[in-house]
Amino acid sequence: MRTQSALLAGLIGVVVAGVGVSCRREDRILRQPPTASATLNTVQMSGLNAGANPAPQPPVPNIYEESAYATSEGQRLYEQYNCVGCHAHGGGGMGPALMDENWIYGSDPANVFATIMQGRPNGMPSFRNRIPEYQVWEITAYVRSLSGLLPKDVAPSRSDEMNVKPSESSTPRQTPTGITGTPEPKR
Amino acid sequence: MNGLASAAIKMAGLRGAAWALDPRIEPGRHAALRPAGPESARIEWLYWVIFWICLVVFVLMMIGFARAARISSTSVSDRAILEDPQGDRRSAWGVGIGLGITTLALFVVLVFSIAEGRPIEGVATQNDVTIEVTGHQWWWEVAYPNSEADLRITTANEIHVPVGERIAVVMKSGDVIHSFWAPNITGKRDLIPGYASAISFQVDTPGTYHGQCAEFCGLQHAHMGFSVVAESKREFEAWQRQQLQSAIEPSEPETKRGRQVFLTHACVMCHTIRGTTAASQMGPDLTHVASRNRIAAETLPNTPGALAGWILDPQSIKPGNHMAANALAGDELEALITYLESLK
Repeated sequence: MRTQSALLAGLIGVVVAGVGVSCRREDRILRQPPTASATLNTVQMSGLNAGANPAPQPPVPNIYEESAYATSEGQRLYEQYNCVGCHAHGGGGMGPALMDENWIYGSDPANVFATIMQGRPNGMPSFRNRIPEYQVWEITAYVRSLSGLLPKDVAPSRSDEMNVKPSESSTPRQTPTGITGTPEPKR
Repeated sequence: MNGLASAAIKMAGLRGAAWALDPRIEPGRHAALRPAGPESARIEWLYWVIFWICLVVFVLMMIGFARAARISSTSVSDRAILEDPQGDRRSAWGVGIGLGITTLALFVVLVFSIAEGRPIEGVATQNDVTIEVTGHQWWWEVAYPNSEADLRITTANEIHVPVGERIAVVMKSGDVIHSFWAPNITGKRDLIPGYASAISFQVDTPGTYHGQCAEFCGLQHAHMGFSVVAESKREFEAWQRQQLQSAIEPSEPETKRGRQVFLTHACVMCHTIRGTTAASQMGPDLTHVASRNRIAAETLPNTPGALAGWILDPQSIKPGNHMAANALAGDELEALITYLESLK
């Protein structure tokens, strides 16, 4: 009787420990929470300022960067909304490369988001009102994964394209330059 | 502000309520035992052959079991069975006969399956109508190819065919493996990425038949339906002529505004309306969306309310599908719906 209850207690202990240790199952965000595009106005795009340096803004988190599903959705949308037309699969072409360490308008999620929403000189169109905001955040997550800025467990591990580069999840982290680092990006 | 938008928002908020509004698929629209053409008639015949063979086998088995149960409950002792050489011989015969009948029955089924399967399988090089079906997560792109590009018809989820003519469907996949299955018409055929498969059939009884993706293809596999509308040659040709036209030019201020909403919001990123600048091919072609019976791959009836619910909150109707939620203002939504409903 005593051995039985000891065995039972041991079994429960193993189960509890297993639940505690086991991986968290990722929740797919299917119904999107509303996103705040108000952040657009406070994003700093350049290290140059008129007058004194402004107080540093706290970084705006991108909840989609915690989800492998959302990042892979970003990958799909990157393809389907024809980002590949100019940026190719990260190597660039008509538009700048996205897989290197150079970020003309900043590498933070909010900066990439603002770049897609507002458009930029020399050809980057504005996608405001064209792409729903949550999808812009998903694309932002994918764009950042191209230079290894996302954790390996979130970044896509393969694509259907013929790539000569390693997958996003095996891309070594390219430390971004630009407004987060001091030197201005090379043009 | 307006009843339509608030009703749509209410509907979209109630998970699954959209289906409650919608009458179920009538029995018989999706039934392999109600054949509408020669291919499905063969399948139905084969079904009954196998059914009757299995029924006979089942009845014989039950008789055998009943007999065995009765014998074992009589006064034969275990020892007598173990030391009964005559019994051994009898049981050897029994097993042999059983094995023979099984082999014969299965062989008959095999022969009939091959004999009936081959004509269903075959696709002739010349067909009266050729249709291209491309499977997407989670809808069907339907095209009627033509050597002249401007005579090519593109639609979605609704396949029109003339009665009594040979139809060939050439199938491709845009993403993962799907399977084309309209049980009233013919058997299944898989749509495989990077590979074209084909199936050929004929529909003799006019009517609207339901089809369904029959290969698990992701979250909304269960809501990846299509319909086959079999109609007379004259009706089919009229339908083709109507589908070939560009979208109706809006004349009312409301429909003009609706087109403006369509072209300045996310709709334009995925959908085509021929005759406008919307030309993306990621989602279904909406040039004649109002002429279709249902929307969202047969999930919802094509009514203003369902359309509004689908546009505002598609993720609560088909969670995970690739249609984005659109937070439109009430008057914008109403104009858009009016415009889309005018696209006959």
